[in-house]
Amino acid sequence: MSASDQTPSGCALVTGGSRGIGAAIALSLAGDGWPVGVNYNADSAGANKVVAEIEAAGGRALAIQADVKDPGAPDRLFTALEDHFGAPVLALVNNAGITRDDLTPSLGNEEWLEVIETNLNAAFRFTKRALKPMMRARSGRIVNISSVVALRANPGQANYAAAKAGLIALTKTTAVEVARRGITVNAVAPGWIDTDMTAGVSTELLSHVPARRAGTAAEVAACVRFLISPAASYVTGAVLTVDGGLAA
Amino acid sequence: MSTVTKEQVQDRVIEALASFGPDADSITPDKTFEELDIDSLDLVELAQIVEDDYGVVLKGEDMKELKTVGDAVELISSRAA
Repeated sequence: MSASDQTPSGCALVTGGSRGIGAAIALSLAGDGWPVGVNYNADSAGANKVVAEIEAAGGRALAIQADVKDPGAPDRLFTALEDHFGAPVLALVNNAGITRDDLTPSLGNEEWLEVIETNLNAAFRFTKRALKPMMRARSGRIVNISSVVALRANPGQANYAAAKAGLIALTKTTAVEVARRGITVNAVAPGWIDTDMTAGVSTELLSHVPARRAGTAAEVAACVRFLISPAASYVTGAVLTVDGGLAA
Repeated sequence: MSTVTKEQVQDRVIEALASFGPDADSITPDKTFEELDIDSLDLVELAQIVEDDYGVVLKGEDMKELKTVGDAVELISSRAA
């Protein structure tokens, strides 16, 4: 049975789903039949566009605002999606992330904390909230969007790299804890991907990419789609690099 | 909450534990979680069920003290009363 033969029994939540990699993930999961919650913080136009695109293709989606840093956000979002779609959230993609780049000697404490809070601490709180219905359902998929910089240094990103490496440790530990409940937890580590986040950033890193090109959000989304599909039921605690060979 | 009897709590605990694997008939108050192959993750899930059903919040340290099914029933019914 292929992935597309099985209609998901729950709904999916993609944090930071209004653009870039998150938007591509939301679209691809909807393509597999998942009703998708498209979380956004400031870009309501982007989120509404993603929802419209999903609905135009015959899927179901809901744009839902929240700053993932808000400790009350997970419960509010999960409850809203459960009410709207009438199904538990059985797929979570912790994708929301920010950068506040600077070299460590001049990196401010606030920039350190904001990145850790948004990219790592929020993912823990969303994961914790997600596990409750997933444990009950004996089924669930969590994918954390890490980064190649967790595996290979990129000067100027100590805060971002630390958060993304923390996501890998969170992924592996949680995966082992809940494996026998039929829940998988995996990380995807994108390399240089053409998005708003990388626009304007020095392209020096690109010269080190064996594939000699930047990746696309769709190429990352394809891997997330696989990890969330029934085909990946025996894959857990894994880190899948999508980086044109950069971390190899 | 005062209407919850110890028997009701025991029935709910046994139902919950049975959903984790052991046969419901094998679950008696004197059985230890170890004998029933109930692990720490199962106890976390039991705590969630108890919180949802009775509003009783059981912390990790509460759960660590529990050795038998009867211990769990005693603790939950004392808090739910």
